Amino acid sequence: MSKLKFILPIAFFVLLIGLFWVGIQRAPSHEVLASVLIGKPAPDFSLPNLTNPGTTVGPKDFKGKPYLLNVFGSWCATCRVEHPFLMKLQQEKTIGILGLNWKDAPEDALAWLSQLGNPFTLIAADHEGRAVIDWGVYGAPETFLVDAHGIIVYKHVGALDEEVWKKEFLPRLQGKTPGST
Amino acid sequence: MLPELGHFALILALLLAAVQAFFGIAGPALARDRWVAAVPSAVAGQFVMVATAIGCLVASFVNLDFSVKYVAENANSALPMVYRVSAVWGAHEGSLLLWIFLLAVWTVAVAIGTTRIPPRFSARVLGVLGVISFAFLLFTLCTSNPFVRLDPAAPDGRDLNPLLQDPGLAIHPPMLYTGYVGFAVAFAFAGAAMLEGRMDQMWARWTRPWTTTAWGFLSMGIALGSWWAYYELGWGGYWFWDPVENASFMPWLAGTALIHSLAVTDKRGLFKSWTLLLAILAFSLSLLGTFIVRSGVLVSVHSFAADPARGIFILAFLVIIIGGALVLYAWRAPLLKSTAGFELWSRESFLLFNNILLIVALAIVFGGTLAPLISDTLGLGTLSVGTPYFNTMFPMAVLPLVALVAIGIQSSWKRGRLSEHQRTLVSTLGIAIVLALAVAFGIFGSSRILTPVGYSLAFWIVLTSLIDPIDRWRRKLTLSRSIVGMTVAHIGLALFIIGITSVESYTHEKDVALATGQTAEIGDYQVRFVSVTPIEGPNYDGVRGELTVTREGRPVMTLLPEKRQYWVQRTVQTEAGIGTTRGANILIAMGEDLGAGKWSIRLQLRPLIEYVWIAAFLMALGGFLAASDRRYRTATSTATEPVAGSAAAAESKAG
Repeated sequence: MSKLKFILPIAFFVLLIGLFWVGIQRAPSHEVLASVLIGKPAPDFSLPNLTNPGTTVGPKDFKGKPYLLNVFGSWCATCRVEHPFLMKLQQEKTIGILGLNWKDAPEDALAWLSQLGNPFTLIAADHEGRAVIDWGVYGAPETFLVDAHGIIVYKHVGALDEEVWKKEFLPRLQGKTPGST
Repeated sequence: MLPELGHFALILALLLAAVQAFFGIAGPALARDRWVAAVPSAVAGQFVMVATAIGCLVASFVNLDFSVKYVAENANSALPMVYRVSAVWGAHEGSLLLWIFLLAVWTVAVAIGTTRIPPRFSARVLGVLGVISFAFLLFTLCTSNPFVRLDPAAPDGRDLNPLLQDPGLAIHPPMLYTGYVGFAVAFAFAGAAMLEGRMDQMWARWTRPWTTTAWGFLSMGIALGSWWAYYELGWGGYWFWDPVENASFMPWLAGTALIHSLAVTDKRGLFKSWTLLLAILAFSLSLLGTFIVRSGVLVSVHSFAADPARGIFILAFLVIIIGGALVLYAWRAPLLKSTAGFELWSRESFLLFNNILLIVALAIVFGGTLAPLISDTLGLGTLSVGTPYFNTMFPMAVLPLVALVAIGIQSSWKRGRLSEHQRTLVSTLGIAIVLALAVAFGIFGSSRILTPVGYSLAFWIVLTSLIDPIDRWRRKLTLSRSIVGMTVAHIGLALFIIGITSVESYTHEKDVALATGQTAEIGDYQVRFVSVTPIEGPNYDGVRGELTVTREGRPVMTLLPEKRQYWVQRTVQTEAGIGTTRGANILIAMGEDLGAGKWSIRLQLRPLIEYVWIAAFLMALGGFLAASDRRYRTATSTATEPVAGSAAAAESKAG
């Protein structure tokens, strides 16, 4: 009778632990979620314009130009945190920002913007969260970088700030691959 | 004050767990009986401390002490009292504390229940449980202390996740955890046997009632989770093969294999090392189930609080406890010899097939659950394994398993002649097929290929299960609770198959846009959208629809589905309206307001879906009945046969 079969379970276990070890290192699940859409064309939508009722807004309005798509809501605390940085991007005219107002009452969203300032070039109201599903949004805030050809280049989950912008967005905007991802 | 008291009690519990582990393992090893005698006191002390700690946390929730971070994160002043208590296990830290508390309860039960078995062996069992408790307490204190204060205190809390504000989910985690933790007892018995270096039929008899009880709780826990998913998530399904669901299902499969393999070890002294391995496996999968939800290793809709920072600690934990047990296994299991043999068509064989097929089923679920992680880790890209994989693969292992149940029940221990049962088996199968065709075509009037197969197998199991008990009853022979329990559990399995077969064959689903006053059809029923009214609850507001269901012009029921918006977390929650008539379950959920008085409304009709959950409760009931059999309570330590010594006629049936 070979003793090997009694050692098999532990060999299997060691393999599994190795797998988990590597899995945990990469765990920030955002990367995993993001990778599905990166390199693919941005999903199209046509939604009511929040600031100009009666008209619609969509990715087509940014055709031929790179832009950011920022998912926000007046109910989202972290959106408030990143808001000053978005204002800065807007004031410096760095890039157009398409706001995707998620599951928000229009009056709440407008009040929020009039209080804090409006950093968005255009705002689409996604009351029912349809576009948000197509874009694979995990939670607010999330920011997508879309290039001039309409391809999603990068997705950031959580508050956008100067550091993330310089490290992840700016190099990609200039057509380079950032060194450290 | 209370949070500090709770924190302090946890630290004392950690020290007592260390004492329990040390005396419990070192005492018998060094033959110091005074150390052995100290173990139950440590168990009692630890229980008091853990109970104090969880009591302090419950009190903090009830008093809405928002200076405690965990309370501020999981409660709100508008939260009703029931959910303030269940909010204790609404997130990671409290769930761990609940786990530890339940372990303390099981440990006390083991300390009381093992007074009739040799004290050194019982000390070893308690010692292993002490190691597990120590590890969990250390993990909680180091990475997940629920008593951390907030300074300054929050004015109000962030509220409990609205998904968890539901009676089903208030009791689902404690039930599930009672099952998970119960497998720790089976694991501890296995550990004690390996530490002692011997294992006999008495060992199996001591272990069986604990394992069966744990399995019963786990069955109920999983069923409650499925029931909750059905009516609370409003997606209209009862099982999604979600990683978290799979994580609770895998220990159940391993546990099912274990209770059957234990039966063979108990009755015939066979499958010894295999039983040990299954005990380790069932508990390992329970640990994985506890952690998979929280560590962020696998992404799932259930993971409310994924935190990779804790992952390293968890891995170290798994390596020490499971790795330690497996090393011990590799060292000790080769010494276990079985002397008995059995013939091909004996009950032993059928239980062996049962185990093999259960492990294949487990491997299928395991592979499907971990495939995304494996593919991602090896850089093969993101892969998602969905329902089609499970729905194709799982029945391939389970159909033969179910088909063997009827034959297995009718087989005899040791002897391999099926011929004496041939007539019974063939005639019952004949009756079952006729019944199945009658149900499929007579009642439902249509059929898919697997529909009559499912029904036939289910009826066959019921008939073959009942033959023996009825025979004994007619001859006025005693009917032990073991046999009654087994019969109830197997009928539960049959009911489960009937439920699944009906749901998979005869479900109607449709999404309709209705204005008030309009009517839609589903199956034989007409659904009329009567009205929609605004509502306000304690911590939410929303709308409630009123829909009347009629059949052939006669009113059947009125359903009131709701759509709620919880104030604090700003989440929209669908409360489906659900009712049962003539065995069919009708689910109506409110969708979006389409404007102009129109609403999108989801209508679903599922026949006999309740059977799935009732079946799980029957299985659990069967388990509890079997575990309460007299033979376990009167079991004394007479027959002990040193295993390592019996080299003669060695024939191990392991692995």
